Amino acid sequence: MTDKIPVTVLTGYLGAGKTTLLNRILSEPHGQKYAVIVNEFGEIGIDNELVVGADEEVFEMNNGCICCTVRGDLIRIIDGLMRRKGKFDAIIVETTGLADPAPVAQTFFVDENVGKRAKLDAVVTVADAKWLKDRLRDAPEAKNQIAFADVILINKTDLVSEADLREVEARIRGINPYAKVHRTERCAIPLSEVLGRNAFDLDRILDIEPAFLEHEDGHDDHGHHHDHAHGHDHHHDHDHGGLKHYHDEDMQSFSLKTDKPLDPDKFFPWIQNLVAQEGQKILRCKGILSFKDDPERFVFQGVHMILDGDHQRPWKDGEERASRAVFIGREMPEEMIRKGFSECVA
Amino acid sequence: MTDTRSETTSIADRIRPLSVGAAVIAVHFLNDDPVFVLGEEALVFGRDTEERRVVVHGGAILGSASDGKRILTGGDDGKVAATGPDGRSETVASDAKRRWIDRVALSPDGMAWSSGKQVYVRTPKSERVLDLPSSPGGLAFAPKGFRLAIAHYNGATLWFPNAPDARPEKLEWKGSHLDVAFSPDGRFLVTAMQEPTLHGWRLVDGKHMRMSGYATKVRSMTWGPGAKWLATSGATQLVVWPFQGKDGPMGKSPKVVSPSEHRISAVAAHPKQEVCAIGYEDGMMLLTRVEDGAEILARAPGPSPISALAWNAAGTRLVFGTEDGEAGVITL
Repeated sequence: MTDKIPVTVLTGYLGAGKTTLLNRILSEPHGQKYAVIVNEFGEIGIDNELVVGADEEVFEMNNGCICCTVRGDLIRIIDGLMRRKGKFDAIIVETTGLADPAPVAQTFFVDENVGKRAKLDAVVTVADAKWLKDRLRDAPEAKNQIAFADVILINKTDLVSEADLREVEARIRGINPYAKVHRTERCAIPLSEVLGRNAFDLDRILDIEPAFLEHEDGHDDHGHHHDHAHGHDHHHDHDHGGLKHYHDEDMQSFSLKTDKPLDPDKFFPWIQNLVAQEGQKILRCKGILSFKDDPERFVFQGVHMILDGDHQRPWKDGEERASRAVFIGREMPEEMIRKGFSECVA
Repeated sequence: MTDTRSETTSIADRIRPLSVGAAVIAVHFLNDDPVFVLGEEALVFGRDTEERRVVVHGGAILGSASDGKRILTGGDDGKVAATGPDGRSETVASDAKRRWIDRVALSPDGMAWSSGKQVYVRTPKSERVLDLPSSPGGLAFAPKGFRLAIAHYNGATLWFPNAPDARPEKLEWKGSHLDVAFSPDGRFLVTAMQEPTLHGWRLVDGKHMRMSGYATKVRSMTWGPGAKWLATSGATQLVVWPFQGKDGPMGKSPKVVSPSEHRISAVAAHPKQEVCAIGYEDGMMLLTRVEDGAEILARAPGPSPISALAWNAAGTRLVFGTEDGEAGVITL
């Protein structure tokens, strides 16, 4: 359905600049009207009748699985906002600095009413150029927010050196190589880079192969040192012609690809079983799939144990009909997932 | 099974259509005149000769309740409005921070509304506030005695607002509870949950009742005459739970009638007879006798789901509204 209201989820650790970005979104003359769900009333200096206060009320679905937590207040608020359909073009959900983005994202898949009327457009994470490295070490929430993001703003770049910036970027890439990363001062960025991304349409994962992944297979060990200075958080630091390259010890990501069409009767049972078994470890997965004898692209995305998928559009003439999926998570059984995926070919 | 129900006796030609212009979220009767609560701003009084629109909120209307004498509404403008049969509306409360008024309830003795995690109860003598651990999903006054039930995360709370020293009673059940209703005889409390299930408590001893098997969450519940049964939306057939015995539906199966390809979106039991008006997501309406499932077609399928249904007190008129703003009155 095309008339679903796009929803942008705005995350970022305390003080990174979320409110600055929100104020920019609300005050710039872009001709769009946004309904904004904020966690703290009054922080936004702009009078807008479509600013709604939320309570960050998370609950577990009845199956008791901690992965299936949902924001009940969002369900209620979006239900209420939809009574004013036509009065706004998109919804922005601001989360608190300490929030785990998973329940917010899961809300859009789990609740039928919300899912019928709204769709997750992108998770946008604002990161503080100066402090992100420290937060990645001491705040698991900050790392989750990076891992979840479709778009990341490295903000306050004026407060750090170019070398520091490259370091921060490399750390971010080590956690989430698939997000689009921007450098900003005071969150100054064309809003089209943040809103209406349709990041969940996933074309990025087909088009953009993060540059350093190409080094993955051929890298040698010189210039590779283990840095134990950060306690438990142990980084590999590679230097490839000046492009710093970290593997985050805690968070991993990988992508799968095949040119052979998949068999839906193999793929769906496999992925459903996979997230049921390993969903706790998988923060996000997403993919574009080419099924055998199917003229349409199938897209799917998942957050922990919850999956959502649909036919997106017909494959275009001349378009490469490949299937591609990416996984971001912790301690994921990569080899098992790779093998399982490869066995889904028709 | 066919949804055109071409063989069924039809009273669809008796519909007097009304033009209300916007999504209908509820219908109430004031002085035996139907009043449609719209999703935004206004109530529409549907007298026999003309429709009269009364603006009561400066935005979305989030909840409504009626005692037959007035309609209480809560809006995203942070206001609680009370509207009488003459169409005169007054703002009875305004949230200081202009927070949304999510839910409202009305009893002959007072009114209640919720905003954020607070529930407010006002009587002619006083106004009291109760803080809750999470935002209320539903409010309902008990049929007798001035007692308020509040549905929220992990259960429901029963509160006697006129006994400020008495601690509110907690009925616990894990999950998010979104709506609440007392049985008209006051013996049972039922909540609708985020999961496609109802939960119930027998109030005398707090015994649990689980009522599950729905396709989607239940958004409309209605008690049959004499509180003998509870009929619900949320499935492609009318699910009717027996509440006659002392154990209510515990250990019993519901009766299911009027199956369709489409889900039921609104229900309203006839006030006197064992008949339920059923609205479906495809816009169809049926009157179904609960006993044997005999059906009368009240409205042929239309463009949008039935979103509100109500009978007048005598059970001689049925009114409905849809998500697209169609509405009508059927006189029996």
